[in-house]
Amino acid sequence: MKEFGYQRALDVPGAVALLGADPEARCLGGGTNLVDLMKAGVERPGLLIDVRELPLDGIEFTEDGGLRIGATVTNSDLAAHPDVRRRYPALAQAVLAGASGQLRNMATVGGNLLQRTRCGYFTNLARPCNKRVPGSGCPAIEGEHHNHAILGASAHCVAVHPSDMAVALAAFDAVVHYETADGPGELPFAEFYLPVGDTPHQETALPAGALITGISLPPLPVAASSRYRKVRERASYAFAIGSVAAALDVRDGVVRDVRLALGAVASRPWRALAAERVLIGKPAGADAFAAAADAELAAAEALPHNGYKVTLMRNLIVAQLTELAEETAR
Amino acid sequence: MALSTSSAITLNINGEKHALPVDHRTTLLDALRERLDLTGTKKGCDQGQCGACTVLIDGRRAVSCLQLAVAAEGREITTIEGVADGETLHPVQQAFLDLDGYQCGYCTPGQICSALAVIEEHAAGWPSAASADVRPEAGIPPLTPEEIRERMSGNLCRCGAYVSIVQAVARAAAAHGAGSTPGIETQGVETRESETPGSEVGPAGTAGAEVTA
Repeated sequence: MKEFGYQRALDVPGAVALLGADPEARCLGGGTNLVDLMKAGVERPGLLIDVRELPLDGIEFTEDGGLRIGATVTNSDLAAHPDVRRRYPALAQAVLAGASGQLRNMATVGGNLLQRTRCGYFTNLARPCNKRVPGSGCPAIEGEHHNHAILGASAHCVAVHPSDMAVALAAFDAVVHYETADGPGELPFAEFYLPVGDTPHQETALPAGALITGISLPPLPVAASSRYRKVRERASYAFAIGSVAAALDVRDGVVRDVRLALGAVASRPWRALAAERVLIGKPAGADAFAAAADAELAAAEALPHNGYKVTLMRNLIVAQLTELAEETAR
Repeated sequence: MALSTSSAITLNINGEKHALPVDHRTTLLDALRERLDLTGTKKGCDQGQCGACTVLIDGRRAVSCLQLAVAAEGREITTIEGVADGETLHPVQQAFLDLDGYQCGYCTPGQICSALAVIEEHAAGWPSAASADVRPEAGIPPLTPEEIRERMSGNLCRCGAYVSIVQAVARAAAAHGAGSTPGIETQGVETRESETPGSEVGPAGTAGAEVTA
């Protein structure tokens, strides 16, 4: 590991000043991804700014009835919070589906958003990786890629975003709030993660030197009827091979409102807007659910070893919507 | 750059203060084992994947291999060496011993530290990925074997002593639910809304009966 300086930030302006003064500085939250990548030699910051003691650990209602979640709230506190569990249950479920109890206690919301989209080649310094060394190539496309992207990938990178939490946030139209030396800013979730294109090393639209201060969720009645479902290669403590966050409102047998986002299929959490468009106003049932899944997955492009994901995601979307429809009909 | 890459820090471990200079790259795990001779905490994968290095930080379980020592200054750390009351084992330790919750024993300190926190987290009403309904109105899910397996999934046991580990956690949780387990530094685990229907039915006791019957 490369040597680095360490500073504990006590307030937001102090953290932003430190961050702006050193392009090699990185924020340290729980360190569950950053420290791991530093050990591997993938991340090589010159300065760590410890942000855990910043006064950003609250979860509170916003004026419009939404929820504001501070950047240093731990995954555990987010998932245990009664209002999150009551009003956005898929978000609590998504967080609980990720990592282990130990890691959820350490990991922060801000850090979760900024964890790297990664695969085995990214963390293996002996192999090329366009994300780690731009222009060096992507061995995954010809190599080990059974858990790689089927949507929105490019010839430069096919890694998938590993966060479960972010899938639920994508479904619920979260907004990311940040602070810079020039003042505060915000990014809607749909714009926070960049398309992979030919710049896989640039993962987010967060401006240089910006500190994430929190996220906000809009008041979203449909979110109260939501679920997160994750498929993985063992029963617990593994990354998804596919996941779905869904919220559904059915009245008189007709889909009134729906939110759908997919995980482990793209370089970023994948909001399934094409599927949502198909569903609105349709009778809630197997035909509409299958048509919605097909509409979203029409753009899927499988590699030789991840074609199963297209079928998996189709089945997962249909099963998830069916379950929610039965639940809301009761 | 003239930035210092080391710091003189004081770590609060099992109620004792330890002053030591550390290179910032030092993990809490390495500080415990290599610098402070607290070798009860084990190094397994050193990548946050096995749980052998689990300790409690401010009452919450954490993997010490991904925790930088310098960032642990000012926090209360409990290792396996701080769990027993003198020569009297903690009920979680005793349950692991009585029910053979191990074979080689290498993962055991991490399993026990994790189990201590699992019991507190469950008592505080935290749901898990095994909980059918996470909404607070659903109440605290009974600590079934399935719940225990999910909540303990961050601790791997290569000997495969899982069956006994689940039984040990269930027995200790049942004793805790009955009010006979002394507290450890677990003040970090709390929920903001403790009034949940169903929480009076003694979920831990139910689980204990299921597992040990």
